[in-house]
Amino acid sequence: MERTIRVLVAKPGLDGHDRGAKVIARALRDAGMEVIYTGLRQTPEQIVSAAVQEDVDVVAMSILSGAHNHLFPRVTELLKEKGVDDMLVIGGGVIPDDDIPGLKAAGIAAVFTPGSPTGDIIEFIKKNLKRKA
Amino acid sequence: MSDNDSVKKGLEAYDAGVAKAIAKFPERKKAFVTGSKSPVKRLYTPLDDAGRDYARDVGFPGEYPYTRGVQNTMYRGRFWTMRQYAGFSTAEESNKRYKFLLEQGTTGLSVAFDLPTQIGYDSDHALSQGEVGKVGVAIDSLADMEILFDGIPLDKVSTSMTINAPASVLLAMYIAVAEKQGVTPDKLNGTIQNDILKEYVARGTYIFPPSPSMRLITDIFAYCSKEVPAWNTISISGYHIREAGSTASQEVAFTIADGIAYVDAAIKAGLDVDDFAPRLSFFFNAHNDLFEEVAKFRAARRVWAKVMKERFGAKSPKSLSLRFHTQTAGSTLTAQQPDNNIVRVAIQTLAAVLGGTQSLHTNSKDEALALPTEDSVRIALRTQQIVAYESGAAETIDPLAGSYYVESMTDRIQKEAEAYIATIDGLGGAVKAIEKGYVQQEIQDAAYAYQMDVESGERVVVGVNKFQIEEGSPKGLLRVDPIVGEMQAAKLKELRAKRDNEAVEKTLAALKAGAEGDANLMPLILDAVKAYATLGEICDVLRAEFGEYQQKVIL
Repeated sequence: MERTIRVLVAKPGLDGHDRGAKVIARALRDAGMEVIYTGLRQTPEQIVSAAVQEDVDVVAMSILSGAHNHLFPRVTELLKEKGVDDMLVIGGGVIPDDDIPGLKAAGIAAVFTPGSPTGDIIEFIKKNLKRKA
Repeated sequence: MSDNDSVKKGLEAYDAGVAKAIAKFPERKKAFVTGSKSPVKRLYTPLDDAGRDYARDVGFPGEYPYTRGVQNTMYRGRFWTMRQYAGFSTAEESNKRYKFLLEQGTTGLSVAFDLPTQIGYDSDHALSQGEVGKVGVAIDSLADMEILFDGIPLDKVSTSMTINAPASVLLAMYIAVAEKQGVTPDKLNGTIQNDILKEYVARGTYIFPPSPSMRLITDIFAYCSKEVPAWNTISISGYHIREAGSTASQEVAFTIADGIAYVDAAIKAGLDVDDFAPRLSFFFNAHNDLFEEVAKFRAARRVWAKVMKERFGAKSPKSLSLRFHTQTAGSTLTAQQPDNNIVRVAIQTLAAVLGGTQSLHTNSKDEALALPTEDSVRIALRTQQIVAYESGAAETIDPLAGSYYVESMTDRIQKEAEAYIATIDGLGGAVKAIEKGYVQQEIQDAAYAYQMDVESGERVVVGVNKFQIEEGSPKGLLRVDPIVGEMQAAKLKELRAKRDNEAVEKTLAALKAGAEGDANLMPLILDAVKAYATLGEICDVLRAEFGEYQQKVIL
């Protein structure tokens, strides 16, 4: 039997726009994944600590405030510091195309921008899990 | 034969013809629905008017129940205020944008603050890192506010400020800047959003728990009714509820339920309803479904008028009339083929105007991608001007009144909103309903249903799930220089070195004492602001006293 994929959906920073994060959390859950949603205003430290504690396979972050270049790489950095190298980290939100290569270089495996169907995100997670299901 | 009998007969014949036609050529869809997923009939006729009494339910502009508008001449007197929400980076940069907007013919200012400001943190706070100047202007102290309004006469413009949890502090700064310009508070016109309840459910910039937050709000009501009488002390907002995914009826219902909670709190605090209710204002969304949106605005006015009259016994016509600002729907903007957004905004603008808005912000085409550039802001403003000057929509009042469809939908939205309000009453009012997560859950369910309809293709979003094209990366987006955070931090360091720190300590201690007791906090905050205490310092005093709100996480 396939193991259930565990996902932490997180809202880093001060941004209060959580419609997207919640819709995606629910879509992942409907797709059979186990989803933990952090709620708003999480620091990168809190996100990493929750990810480690919950032993998730995936960290999915959403930012619409423009603080992604600062906050997303902080999360991957902290994961690295903790010696975690088998979590898939993805991001989404209002993120200009020009910023995506930099985020990918920082270890964000994929960035989903407005209009992305939830099906694409589900498929990406299933195909790119670092831990084998 | 009565009129209705002949209509009935005609309708039967029409239906028979339709049945034949669709047997051969089926309609495009099995079920037709509005933007909010309410059923839409093929045809509306005088039969749909049954049960509606014109004088009682529709009436005349400027008269109870205000279905047709809150003023008796509406846009024949003057157009709505064209007010573009703006602010980014530093006070210096935003001041330039405001002057640009005023030159282009906006008639009111609308200030967007960055997230640290909205949540009461100074720019050099650890949690502010990466957020300074991003979604609005960074304001740390009166010194920034002086720069923000430099050269803008505050007795001549009206200013709306999207500020909620720390609304008292920013209003105090505005009053202090005006005083320095020689403008007394009684000459000030404008609005603070000051609507904490929708922050808990939809927007997220809360600081304190509900009870002290309600106190801060009623303190503002009481203070302004005496000192700043022309100020709109709150803008009870459905906008963000809708952006979070609610339906049109939910937008009306949850907004008015919040309004009821504020009125209740103020009455409990000892205020007379007709002393503060005339300064309550509202803020709604304008979506793409033109007719449903027009009906929504009309229904909202009627529901509020009834609530104020029947529930609260308000007498002043100004207490009964729902005045509102509108913003076009950010959530309908697409990152794909962004020029199409101009058309969406035009339709939404028309909805707001046909719905009788008092002021309007039109979104810019590039806002699904970034903050808008000057060029795209100009197009957004021109859209309002074209509707005002060229479309003819503003030449007569409430032009869609009497439309079988729009009147019937106005009745439906009223009924649905009143049913929701009754449910919320049953839960113990809006504050309790929010604490229980009821409102959040209703909104999230609607948001999820919408997304699934888009993904199944049942709901078409042009350029997103139909009529897509290959596109390159959009060019020429506005970017906020990340250096802004450092600039603000340097300004703060200088301020803390230069100001009279003893005076700051004294005013903050007085504020602490006031917060412990039940003094009106507005005058104490004003003293602190004038001593150049920072926003973060003032909010820290209140955080220590009031505690912080812990979000109820609901999926």
